[in-house]
Amino acid sequence: MSEPVTIVETPIRLDFSYTPGVNASRFLRSIEQGRILGQRCPRCQKVYMPPRGACSMCGVATDEEVELSGKGTVTTFCVTRVPSPGLVPPYVSAWIRLDGADITSMFLIQECEPEEVRLGMRVEAVWVEESERKPNLGNIKYFRPTGEPDAPYDDYKDYV
Amino acid sequence: MSAPRTYDRPVAIVSWASFETPSEPARNEVEMLLPVLQDALGRVGMTQRDIGFTVSGSSDYLQGFPFAFVGALDAVGPWPPIRESHVEMDGAFALYEAVEVLQHGDVDTALVYAFARPSRGELDRTLSIQLDPYAVAPLWPDARGLAGLQAQAMRDSGRFGDVPDVPPTTVADGAAALVLAVGDRATALTKTPVWIRGMDHRIEPASLGVRDLTTSPSVETAAGNVGVKDVDAAWLHVLYPHQELLLRSALGLNGARVDAKAGPMMVGGLERFAAAAAGISSGGAKRAVVHATSGPCLQQNLVALLEGVA
Repeated sequence: MSEPVTIVETPIRLDFSYTPGVNASRFLRSIEQGRILGQRCPRCQKVYMPPRGACSMCGVATDEEVELSGKGTVTTFCVTRVPSPGLVPPYVSAWIRLDGADITSMFLIQECEPEEVRLGMRVEAVWVEESERKPNLGNIKYFRPTGEPDAPYDDYKDYV
Repeated sequence: MSAPRTYDRPVAIVSWASFETPSEPARNEVEMLLPVLQDALGRVGMTQRDIGFTVSGSSDYLQGFPFAFVGALDAVGPWPPIRESHVEMDGAFALYEAVEVLQHGDVDTALVYAFARPSRGELDRTLSIQLDPYAVAPLWPDARGLAGLQAQAMRDSGRFGDVPDVPPTTVADGAAALVLAVGDRATALTKTPVWIRGMDHRIEPASLGVRDLTTSPSVETAAGNVGVKDVDAAWLHVLYPHQELLLRSALGLNGARVDAKAGPMMVGGLERFAAAAAGISSGGAKRAVVHATSGPCLQQNLVALLEGVA
C-alpha cells in the first residue's frame, strides 16, 4: 500500500494513411520507372530532388520537371563501424549532389573500400532489377564510383 | 471586472482566404496550403517579404508526422530567414499571438495561417490524446462521446429546452490564412479593414470531472474582458450543435445573427475570423463577436470583438 507507483504503462496507437502529395507522387512514379525527376523553382532556379511541390526558400510552386542522370558527386560522408539493422559494418553513407540538382540526398556507397570514399568522388546510382521496382527510393540500392576524375571543389563547396 | 482592454496599436484584418473539403484526396498539406497563402497575400498585393511576423496553428497529431508544422513552411518561403512562430492549437490562437506581437511596435504586418488534413487519421481517437495521459486517455473516450456527456448534462439541467443529439465529429480537411496590419498600414492596404477591437482567451480545468459542463465560465470571462455587447452578428466555432446553445447563453447574444460552424479541426476557429471579416467588410455586419474553441467540451475558448469601418 505504501509502495509508490513509479511507472504507468498506457499503450497508445494511432493509425494514419500517409499521402505523399501530387508532386511527390509524380516523383515516386518516375522512380518506379527507373528515372529521377526533380523540379525547378521558377524564381530561384534551384532544382529539388526529391521534389516536394514547393521551393522551401521562395514559397512558390515548382512545376517544371527536370530529369536527372543518376550521376552525382559526394559532398560529405560518414563511415559507420557499428551494426545497424540490415547493414553490415563498415558501411558508408554519403550526401550526394546529383548532377543538375541543387540539394543533396543521402545514399549508401558500395563497390569500393570505405577508405577510398572522398569528397568530390564521382558516383552513379545502382538500381534494383526492373521487375522488383516499386514507387520508392529503395529502387536505388546504392551508389558506386564511376571512375571519372574527382569533381573540382568549386563544384560542391556550397554543399559540404 | 476591469474595463475592456484597448489596443495602443489598432490591428485590422486586411485579407483572408480559406479552403475546405470533406477529404482532400491527393494533395499534401503544403500543396493544400500554398494557394491559400498566395490568395490571402495576393488580394492585398503582398508577398511574404512584406510580412513582419508569421504564425501558424496546426497539430502534428492530425497528420501523424513529427514536425509537420516545420515542413509546412515550404509553403511560406522562409528565406531570407523570417520571424516565425507556431501554436499546437487552432489557428485562432495563433491569431491571438500575432495581435500581441503587433503591439510591440517593431512590425506592422502579420500572416496567420492554419492547416489540417484529419481525414487521413482517426480524428475521434486522435483527440483522446489531448486528455489526461494517466487516468483518462488510456480509456480512449472519443471526442464525440465526450460531447455526448456534455449534451446529456445540458439536457438534464432543464435549462436549454430541446438539446440536439450529438452527430459524428466533423471530419474535414482545409487551410485558412489571414493578413493583419496595424493602423495606417491597414487603411493603406484596403478600404475595408476589419478592426480587432478586443481579444481574450481563457482555459478551464483539464479534468472534465471538476467542470460544470452546462456552463462556460471561460467564454463569459473572455467576453467580459473583451466587452462583448451591442453586437449585430456572431461567428461561432461550434464542434457539435448543442454547443451553440451554450455559447449563445454565455455570450448573451440576444438578437444577433449567428453563423455557427465546425470546419476542419485546427482550422475552423481561424476560418470563423475569415468568415466574419468577409461579412463585416461587405457591410453585412457592423460589430460582431467571433468565437473559437479548442480542447474537449469547449475547454478553451477565445472571444474577439470585430468592427468594420465606422
